[in-house]
Amino acid sequence: MISPLNLLRQRRTPDRIGLSDVLAYVYLAFGVALMFGPVVWLVLSSFKTPRNLDEFPPTLLPLAQQSLAVKGYDRKLPLYSVVMPDGTRRTLAQVRRIGVIAQLVDPAAPQTLIKVNMDKRTPLRQFGLDWHNYAHPLRHFNFGRYLWNSVFVTVVATLVTLLINSMAAYALSIHEFRGKSFFLVAVIATLMVPITIILVPVFVVINEIGLDNSLWAVILPGAATPTGVFLLRQYMLTLPRELIEAARMDKASEWQIYARIVMPLALPALAVLTIFSVMWRWNEFLWPLVVLSKSATYTLQIGLNAFQGDLQTQWNYLLAMTVVALIPIALVFVFLQRFITSGIANTGMK
Amino acid sequence: MAALELHHIAKAYGQIAVLHNISLAVSDGEFVVLVGPSGCGKSTLLRVIAGLERANGGSIILEGRDVTHLAAAERGLAMVFQSYALYPHMSVRQNIAFALENMRLPKAEIARRVQSASEMLQLAPYLERRPGALSGGQRQRVAIGRAIVRDPKIFLFDEPLSNLDAELRVATRKELAALHARIGGTMIYVTHDQVEAMTLADRIVVLRGGRIEQIGTPLELYNKPCNEFVAGFIGSPRMNFMSVTVAEAGHLKAGGASFAFGGAVRLAPGSQATLGIRPEHIEVAGENGDLDVQVTLIEQLGGETFLYGTLKDGKELTVRCGGQSHFRRGDKIGLVLQRDHIHLFAADGLVVT
Repeated sequence: MISPLNLLRQRRTPDRIGLSDVLAYVYLAFGVALMFGPVVWLVLSSFKTPRNLDEFPPTLLPLAQQSLAVKGYDRKLPLYSVVMPDGTRRTLAQVRRIGVIAQLVDPAAPQTLIKVNMDKRTPLRQFGLDWHNYAHPLRHFNFGRYLWNSVFVTVVATLVTLLINSMAAYALSIHEFRGKSFFLVAVIATLMVPITIILVPVFVVINEIGLDNSLWAVILPGAATPTGVFLLRQYMLTLPRELIEAARMDKASEWQIYARIVMPLALPALAVLTIFSVMWRWNEFLWPLVVLSKSATYTLQIGLNAFQGDLQTQWNYLLAMTVVALIPIALVFVFLQRFITSGIANTGMK
Repeated sequence: MAALELHHIAKAYGQIAVLHNISLAVSDGEFVVLVGPSGCGKSTLLRVIAGLERANGGSIILEGRDVTHLAAAERGLAMVFQSYALYPHMSVRQNIAFALENMRLPKAEIARRVQSASEMLQLAPYLERRPGALSGGQRQRVAIGRAIVRDPKIFLFDEPLSNLDAELRVATRKELAALHARIGGTMIYVTHDQVEAMTLADRIVVLRGGRIEQIGTPLELYNKPCNEFVAGFIGSPRMNFMSVTVAEAGHLKAGGASFAFGGAVRLAPGSQATLGIRPEHIEVAGENGDLDVQVTLIEQLGGETFLYGTLKDGKELTVRCGGQSHFRRGDKIGLVLQRDHIHLFAADGLVVT
């Protein structure tokens, strides 16, 4: 394993920096900026105050108004840099603003009010993180509940998906039965049916069973994914046939071959499917939106949607909670990335 | 009682028939080797016996019971695969115990059997290792161990030595022979290597094109091959073949020479035939030989020497001489064929004498 520092020092020839090195690094830097830029922007913006967000031109860093406790005033007063009538610049604290006239005081001498036109002053700001964006929705909007719902749906649905898909893949790759290729084609064919087409019929079914507004309504309809079946099947086909035959000679039943031989050997493909499934489930939006209408059963993605009203969007909360929603999936990637690369290389998935 | 009987086994993949009417009886404790060139159907036959392939016709009787339609797991046979097919995610111990666990034997019994098998095969130090951490020979022994712990009715071997290097192959061959002598199980062994067949087998079954050509003990096949194919397949180096014309009075004409056959030729004078003689049954005679050859290559192995020569008509001939030879390339030598060991095959390939 190459350390990150060494990775950054890689060159085509060890002792000098050639043109190809320069081009490669420029290109890679471009790629990094392209992919990480929006995420960095999102994280930085999630710490901005609503006013800071609305500003044009936008600021890169979250900036907060500086403020100071001034004698004689209960609350902290915001600080401004003011151009005085004589042309000098002073740092003053604003007490109030009436129309276009701002009333300010010198923090050193808070007794005398100074009145200036509001365009003579500019707010003094400094880098500041507005944790309120995170704290408020987590406290008041039941985001903990949404988070838990999302985790529950993702974990349970992934487990169910792995179980069903691996059994189907085993049947379609290793088990011998009549009509095998017919069933394979049928499974693959469902790849071509988009969710929007079957949205209404599936909703009707779920409704009839009485599962609406339950998390199982989100988990069950998508539990068997043709992509997953196909991915696992292709991997299982690459397992040496003699291993399966050896297990048959060793008196193993089909279930034992599945559980004790094929599943452990298909681990890389299962890891890939796990990652895909976690991603799909975590980010799933349309189906939960249709089937979940009570706030108690909202997943994160649906909860985020609630910040977006018809007339007004609370961007500061939306951005902050989007960051919260990103964290688990990012962690999954950090821990499973080793499997992703090897698994994708092995299964031929791109 | 025969351990295994095959009656008129036929197997086809779609339109392509790979086994035709195979009938064979294997007696208890016998070591039978199926041998033949690649594509002759020997592995398919073994897989049909194992139950991994379904026969299209015929029946398989195992210890008096018809098992033709039983699945592999229910036949009670054990197989050693060419690739060994060890479970890569299990330790050696788990590999060996897997079948026993499937048979739901008590834990103590499993431990005892694994212990005794691993001692017999000198695997005890490696029991906790994964197959990936073993050498080829050790993997081979694990595969055999996996078969013997089950105490199966018949052991099936599918070219088990072909993945080993030459030296190890010879050593393992000896171990297999010793193993068979010790546990005395019925074994069916597939190989394309006639040396393995000759050294291991009680009986050899020679297959070609999905048909049995000849069944017999190794020496029967060597001494009395029933057709040209078996004669050419068994024995190393290969038997020499030359086309001959039957002349009057028990004489044969070949390679521009004529010589007495040394017995009655049961073929009409003037008919074409093939004469077969093994390299070790030709003697160098100096001047007055049956045939004259020009030496083109000499292989001195110390203990023996192989001379490769060409007849007048360009046909090649191999001669084995004991000890070391003083001949050189280009020498002309006369050869005498040992009359007792001449095989004569008619135009249809079947032996005449």
